[in-house]
Amino acid sequence: MKVGIITFPGSNCDYDLYKCVETATGNPEFLWHRDVHLGDVDAIMLPGGFSYGDYLRAGAIATMSPIMKSVKEFAVSGGPVLGICNGFQILCEAGLLPGVLLRNRSLLFASHDVLLRVENNKTIFTSEYDAGQILRMPIAHAEGNYYASDDILEKLEKEDRVLLRYADIHGEANTSANPNGSAFNIAGIINQEGNVMGMMPHPERAVEEILGSVDGLGIFAALLAHLEPMSNT
Amino acid sequence: MTLWHLEIRVVPRPGLLDPEGKAIQHALHSLDYEGIQNVRVGKLLYLDIEAPSEEEARKQGEDMCHHILANPVMEDFDIEAHRVIEEQKKL
Repeated sequence: MKVGIITFPGSNCDYDLYKCVETATGNPEFLWHRDVHLGDVDAIMLPGGFSYGDYLRAGAIATMSPIMKSVKEFAVSGGPVLGICNGFQILCEAGLLPGVLLRNRSLLFASHDVLLRVENNKTIFTSEYDAGQILRMPIAHAEGNYYASDDILEKLEKEDRVLLRYADIHGEANTSANPNGSAFNIAGIINQEGNVMGMMPHPERAVEEILGSVDGLGIFAALLAHLEPMSNT
Repeated sequence: MTLWHLEIRVVPRPGLLDPEGKAIQHALHSLDYEGIQNVRVGKLLYLDIEAPSEEEARKQGEDMCHHILANPVMEDFDIEAHRVIEEQKKL
């Protein structure tokens, strides 16, 4: 399964993602933001970082990159797309996911481990987890405060499209477990069609024991398991 | 064609949490400016654009805001247009 990882000017988690897809026994391939075609990839990943220096708004200018037209077409045709951190911000700015990531409530860059509660494990990205499972992963962002209008938030909740929520060790999604002020402690969401996911925490930085957690591997294992039968046909 | 100078103001939507504005408000309070409230922080963009009329220059500015300069989920914008006169062009 070929996974295309897009490098924008300012991306800094692209190599982590590459390594992580390899660890999960996928076949990673770098794509450059100026590329126009995605080639024969089975999935697309948008890495974390600071594309275009976060100028204007985090993720905003990356949406104008030549490759994003193909990413949109790929997403609309049902191709799996995962955006992590800055990748999530880009997906929101590109209109592939609803809402926006505002400045953290604290105004500080938050860089530490968080606990996440798996809200919906019936997706191609979360099927390796149990519903309610608590995961440990790091966050590293200044704009991770998920915000959307009340009707969008209501829709996300009603349609089980919040996949991950910041929670405490007991699985309570309370204010003290919320690192950035996100509405309803939202850490990761999926689109209506179920093929585009965005999340602020970094699963690719939680894939080896030496990193302190292997809880992130499940996301990649789930996606590759989903793609496996497709590539055999 | 006439050269128009656009001032595009992009500000967080009313009611939206603006932590930067809040922090600045606290700073102003600590300087004893006690009557201060509702501090909001936005962006001001200047650009010059050639267009046949002010209306057209504004329209293009609005298009730019809809496409990239503002995110309607969190921001509002307004545009001021001024004709750039010859002396200013030379500066």
